[in-house]
Amino acid sequence: MTNSDGDFLHELHHPDVPVPEAVRSVVTVTSFGKLMDAIYNWGRRNSVWPMFLGLACCAIEMIATASSRFDQARFGMELLRASPRQADLMIASGTVTKKMIVPIVRLYNQMSEPKYVLAMGACAIGGGPFKEGYSVVSGLDKYIPVDIYVPGCPPTPQALLYGFLMLHKKIDGQSLGNRNSVPWYSRTPGEDVPVPVLGPDIIDPRQAYLLRRATTTASEAHASA
Amino acid sequence: MYGSGIVRGLGVTLRHFLNTYLEDIRWGFRRHVPDEAFPLRQGLETRGIFTVEYPEEKIATPERFRFIPFLVVENYDHPERPGHDWCTSCGICAKACPPQCIWIVRGTNPETGRPVPEPDEFYIDIDLCMNCGFCAEFCPFDAIKMDHDYELASYDRTTAHVFDKQRLSKEFRYWQSIAPTRAVEEAEARGGWEHKDVLKQREKEARAQARASGGEGEG
Amino acid sequence: MTEYVQIAETVTPLQGAIHRLEAQFAGAVRRDDREGFSGVIVDSGRLVEVATFARDTLGFSYLSSATAVDYLGKAEGDPLEMVYHTYNLQGGPALVLKARTPRSEATLPSLVGVWPGANFQEREAWDLMGIRFEGHPNLTRILMWEGFNGHPLRKDWHEAYYEEDTKPFDSRWPEGRVSRAEEHNPYGRNVKYPADFALDGYESLAEKALYDAAPMGVHVTDMATDRVVVSMGPQHPSTHGVFRMIATLDGETIVGLEPVMGYLHRNHDKIGERNTFLHNMPFTDRLDYFCSMSNNHGYALAVEQLMALGKRYEPPTYRAEAIRVLMVELTRILNHLVAIGFLLNDLGAYFTPLMYAIIERELILDFFEATSGSRMMCNYMRFGGVAYDLPQRIEGTAALVNDRVRDFDTMHYLRDLINDRLPRAIDQTNDLLTTNEIITNRCIGVGVLTREDAIACSAAGPVLRASGVPYDVRRAEPYSIYPDLEFDVAVRYHGDIYDRYLIRLDEMRQSIRILKQILPILEETKGQPFFAGRGGQYNPRIPAGEAYGRAENPKGELGYYVVSDGGQNPWRYHVRAPSFINLTALEQMCKGHKVADVVAILGSIDIVLGEVDR
Repeated sequence: MTNSDGDFLHELHHPDVPVPEAVRSVVTVTSFGKLMDAIYNWGRRNSVWPMFLGLACCAIEMIATASSRFDQARFGMELLRASPRQADLMIASGTVTKKMIVPIVRLYNQMSEPKYVLAMGACAIGGGPFKEGYSVVSGLDKYIPVDIYVPGCPPTPQALLYGFLMLHKKIDGQSLGNRNSVPWYSRTPGEDVPVPVLGPDIIDPRQAYLLRRATTTASEAHASA
Repeated sequence: MYGSGIVRGLGVTLRHFLNTYLEDIRWGFRRHVPDEAFPLRQGLETRGIFTVEYPEEKIATPERFRFIPFLVVENYDHPERPGHDWCTSCGICAKACPPQCIWIVRGTNPETGRPVPEPDEFYIDIDLCMNCGFCAEFCPFDAIKMDHDYELASYDRTTAHVFDKQRLSKEFRYWQSIAPTRAVEEAEARGGWEHKDVLKQREKEARAQARASGGEGEG
Repeated sequence: MTEYVQIAETVTPLQGAIHRLEAQFAGAVRRDDREGFSGVIVDSGRLVEVATFARDTLGFSYLSSATAVDYLGKAEGDPLEMVYHTYNLQGGPALVLKARTPRSEATLPSLVGVWPGANFQEREAWDLMGIRFEGHPNLTRILMWEGFNGHPLRKDWHEAYYEEDTKPFDSRWPEGRVSRAEEHNPYGRNVKYPADFALDGYESLAEKALYDAAPMGVHVTDMATDRVVVSMGPQHPSTHGVFRMIATLDGETIVGLEPVMGYLHRNHDKIGERNTFLHNMPFTDRLDYFCSMSNNHGYALAVEQLMALGKRYEPPTYRAEAIRVLMVELTRILNHLVAIGFLLNDLGAYFTPLMYAIIERELILDFFEATSGSRMMCNYMRFGGVAYDLPQRIEGTAALVNDRVRDFDTMHYLRDLINDRLPRAIDQTNDLLTTNEIITNRCIGVGVLTREDAIACSAAGPVLRASGVPYDVRRAEPYSIYPDLEFDVAVRYHGDIYDRYLIRLDEMRQSIRILKQILPILEETKGQPFFAGRGGQYNPRIPAGEAYGRAENPKGELGYYVVSDGGQNPWRYHVRAPSFINLTALEQMCKGHKVADVVAILGSIDIVLGEVDR
């Protein structure tokens, strides 16, 4: 731990790091790091608790997935937690409106790492059939990073379960040795996503410079006209 | 008596719990054998446990099931025109599409510049598609159909979610396999298994031939 | 059939009512004589008087829908028109009142004093159409946020990704320049910002306006309880979606409650006006996403009313109507089962009753999926019939690895479902819950809505009938083949949560009764056409005119107000959403109760956010 920023993780993958005697007698371990990865990911993969973020129509299919026929508890997703603090996976199930993206970004910031976002249904992925309208965000990933996209309108529960399997695959691909894939172990805390502002239209603070350009042109156009 | 209502309610939950085991015994512990007992568990007679163990077993979707559309092309081993589009780029699907998620580039003959009945490009943005099935319903050539493959989850939408013609095209055989009765109904309406235009062409040829042979007969 | 229908026949006919209005308010009331239109146009200055007269003297005490239409380029002076559909609770057709106002200075007197049910609807008209209502108690935006730019439903307002006025868009065919709208226009070309707009130091009005309205601030009373304002939602497991309430509490008692909505506002009306008539059908699925079949039915009724204005209109065939009723009543059962499940969720019985309800729902959905192709978004009805006949068999086809096939005969499946499975499920729900002491303690006498308030607030469906008003559109203004079917209008008289729970059980039993009568009709009409006239038209011709099609949805009266100018697209398309208007009475029901009761009261109204916000 005295090393800088997460180098202890890297050590795990080093072939010179000795494997404990007790473990060596049971299994053949070629790389201690890989073993750690397997255990670490197995544990995380099978205890992903989703957040109960029912936005629209897809929420009903999400509830159907959680209930007895499709039973997502078989994947270790025991309960839909209502609190972001207790959740690992945000299932954005339904249309994300401009008014709703503000609380969603806040909820995302409140989730503790490691956190994943699954965009369920056409609306959450890219605005869906309502994208042309004035109050719908054209894609959740414009504001927060999305890990899995599950298309469909709405995706059937089985399609959502397939999305969960894809999430498992993604988790399995993460390695403690690779600092980029486990950024939550870095020393500096991750930065929060800036919360959008509801002005005359939705405003993403990260794009404020674009807005400044847009507004100046508008006022100039107004002045010239 | 106070509390009797709660006891009555608990009786219902207890019955559900016991049913799981009683049904197992009743069906001789064969309720979880794949195929055989699946309709029992997933039909109206279901009692007790009701779970589909995805991905080891999946509920097969019915024929009319609609998800993302696909384009029908001739079988790749078709004798005359393997892999040829059934689509004639008439644009009806694009007009009937409520969220306007279909983009079609009408094919043109490079020499004459006149339209040919074949799309140059065909795009469907599956982030817009609302799976309504209008495109398949109103296609006069049975060339666009709703797919049953719902396992489309991906890690990236920018590259993967605008389906182009290659991604959308599937053999006619595939449609026959996922919707056997409807494929037969449509073939009956068309008058044969082939594409409407091919049938029309054949009919024309047959008529010409008949006329020719008839003429010979007379002569 | 029942006593109820006989009363309906003795009601003053609509024409008589209009004559009396004309006599009473000579000069201020004139008939709407455009072809295909009905009702009277009232001088805006005397609107309140006329409305009061219609309510008190003529008996049109129930305001069903109030909405605005923008006649830009369609009428002299480009006016905005407010349209009120009022009904007599004894049954019969609507008295339609209309009032016009110029678009530059759009102002009308508020009718909240006459029909409190106009409250939210007038706020919506202000928000989306920009009509100011004088005398409205709280005229703030309801679906969009305070500070939003412009009034989006006006015809000259364009959204950020605006492409064309009407669909189909020209860019799709034959040139097909595929693109994502946001890539072209990442910042929204049509949004107007103030000239000196800057984000630094900008204070959003959206939240501020909400809390300014609530009586904020701690002030200690004799009981030494503090008055606090609690924001509940939009992310909350018991708000049935993204609904939000600003509750003012005195200790734990509710003293004020302001519903905040719009978190799922999806421009249903605006998109509906850009769509062609048929395009709207799948969009209606997404209103009340539990009951897509019923939504389809209401919309089909409205457009069929319009089509009936033209020549060569063929009404739906008998088989089509029978299939429609079958679907709608099955939907009613599944909705009520799930609604009871959610109500119990809110009462703290976490998930068990809902799980049991969802089993039955899945079995009904299997049938829907085999018939219409989708579990939830059925998109099944068409103008003049239904999209497909019932399938011979409910049968899967293996397409993916590990697919397991089921195969049932459809009629057999339906018979078992209706005669056996569903009645058993209803009885089971009854056994599980009705006499449970915890439920009776928490539900009886809580959230009471009196008969008068229910009518005044335009409550609809189970909420209205649980308050002792036997008003059911299926009987009051019959449509489809309901006149041929025998069933009773369920009614309960206490208007509390418990009655709203019981009435759902009653209605499910009545639905079973209807379904049992439908089964033989389906057998008899087997093989008959399920579609009137020529099928397969993606762009049917709809004559000019207006229509208000309403259907008794599981959640209440669902109305579609459609104005056609004879073109491909509806000129105005408005949805009278029962969940939205039922919320008008929420504050009244909640006042004086504890915080924990609010979620239960909300659960008993049975809202669905797709419909509240549209």
